[in-house]
Amino acid sequence: MSAIVSVKNLSKRYEGGVHALKDVDLEIEEGEILALLGPNGAGKTTLISCICGMASITAGHVVVGGHDNVRDYRKARALIGLVPQEINLQPFETVMNTVRFTRGLFGKRGGAEHIERVLRSLSLWDKRDVQIRALSGGMKRRVLIAKALSHEPKVLFLDEPTAGVDVGLRKEMWSTVAELRAHGVTVILTTHYIEEAEAMADRIGIISGGEIKLVRDKAALMRELGRKRLVIELTEPAAHLPEGMDDTPLELGEAGRELTYTYDPGGDGTGITRLLTGLRERGYKVRDVRTEQSSLEDIFVDLTAGEDRT
Amino acid sequence: MNLYAIWAIYRYEMSRAFRTMTQTVVSPVLSTSLYFVVFGAAIGSRIEEVEGVSYGAFIVPGLIMLTVITQSISNASFGIYFPKFVGSIYELLSAPASFLEITAGYVFAAATKSLLIGLIILATAYLFVDLDIQHPVWMMVFLVLTCLSFSLMGFIVGIWATNFEQLQLVPLLLVQPLIFLGGTFYSISMLPGVWETISLFNPVVYLVSGFRWSFFGMSDVSVGWSILAIIGFTATCLAFIGWIFRTGWRIRD
Repeated sequence: MSAIVSVKNLSKRYEGGVHALKDVDLEIEEGEILALLGPNGAGKTTLISCICGMASITAGHVVVGGHDNVRDYRKARALIGLVPQEINLQPFETVMNTVRFTRGLFGKRGGAEHIERVLRSLSLWDKRDVQIRALSGGMKRRVLIAKALSHEPKVLFLDEPTAGVDVGLRKEMWSTVAELRAHGVTVILTTHYIEEAEAMADRIGIISGGEIKLVRDKAALMRELGRKRLVIELTEPAAHLPEGMDDTPLELGEAGRELTYTYDPGGDGTGITRLLTGLRERGYKVRDVRTEQSSLEDIFVDLTAGEDRT
Repeated sequence: MNLYAIWAIYRYEMSRAFRTMTQTVVSPVLSTSLYFVVFGAAIGSRIEEVEGVSYGAFIVPGLIMLTVITQSISNASFGIYFPKFVGSIYELLSAPASFLEITAGYVFAAATKSLLIGLIILATAYLFVDLDIQHPVWMMVFLVLTCLSFSLMGFIVGIWATNFEQLQLVPLLLVQPLIFLGGTFYSISMLPGVWETISLFNPVVYLVSGFRWSFFGMSDVSVGWSILAIIGFTATCLAFIGWIFRTGWRIRD
């Protein structure tokens, strides 16, 4: 795979002095779904604005499909579709007109068949002659997606596609994205819902305070940083932690009924045998055992803990 | 050159105009008709001819200019302000279109609308007064250039404005007085000496004068100056827009 979007040393300082992006490097591979995860104000939207052309770049470069997005902005931007965070639509326009408008803006003529396909796939075909203001919130969001897809982009940016969207529609959005990927569209989405990144993405980038903290394959990230917990349910409540096992990370909970052991599943030895043996030697009776995998959320909180969120 | 972008904006803007037909066409025609009734028929009948032209006919070029200038400014300024207001400007900024193409789309659309209105008013004028246009080609040249240059100015106003009040401010506080004091309803030679001189600093004087010359063959200032003035004004607006787009003033973060 090769990088379709390549961001190098990108910095953005707004006129007011806010340093929204600090020396960001990011390679987005063709055909992947990359989720950019970060708290509010982390710089997600600014990053997208700089790549797509809504914000000027203070320093650094963005290359899209081999074209610099400033020097060769026409070729770079023609490859990009953008779904903004806010529902930025002119209320009195019809669905069809607004979608056609975007296609024209991106320098493509005609395309009636493509537009029909896009509208049908987003269940908007029956609404094509309806004014935007008469549509529900979810439909408006789909109109934004239809606009972004109207000129057959290679890369689609979705800026918080499911912010303020109900559960049903969110699931729908996820399947739309999966379908897009099946058609070879590269998708970059920003979100602050961890479950969303977990459900959709191939790779996950974590952005905070204007910096990319890490970009990792989702499964690898979960494996690498994900710790497991072994919860041991005791038959008889214990008054204190087992003596002579201070080197083992144990916690006592549920009024002494549960012992929790945290370990790294990727390590050389998990230490579970030693733990269980130790417990038996000390006369503890085990009623049940279960393991819990830490979620992306725990990883995320770990990474962004202590960050200034303003 | 992304001609499709220009065409897309143009078509989009024109469809907006046809959707709001009443505001776009009916209201300027109605207000001009009122001017004809008041100034042409009621007051005009008490005014002598102005340099051999009946007063009713004399005010026709000025009235057309008045409407065309205000319409150009309001059409173009609203056209670009509205996307800014609802946020849909994001697609203009992220489109593979240069600022020149974006401007062209909006300005051509606004100019087309005001040109249509100007021609409709001219047709309306025939209902009230006898008109014999001496230089029809020049008449069209002046009309088209006025539509274009003031649409450019309107586009600048739309980019500059940060709220709806400001959108009204320039037309009301700056343009309206300039038009009324620009010889729309009188020949500046009717003014006392000092005011005649002061009037020569009003760019609208040159537009109205040149336009009136194309109708009746007489003018306050020479036609050459009128043409220079309108070209100069257009160039100033273009230069300003060029600067806006280089710096991203009020549009790009």
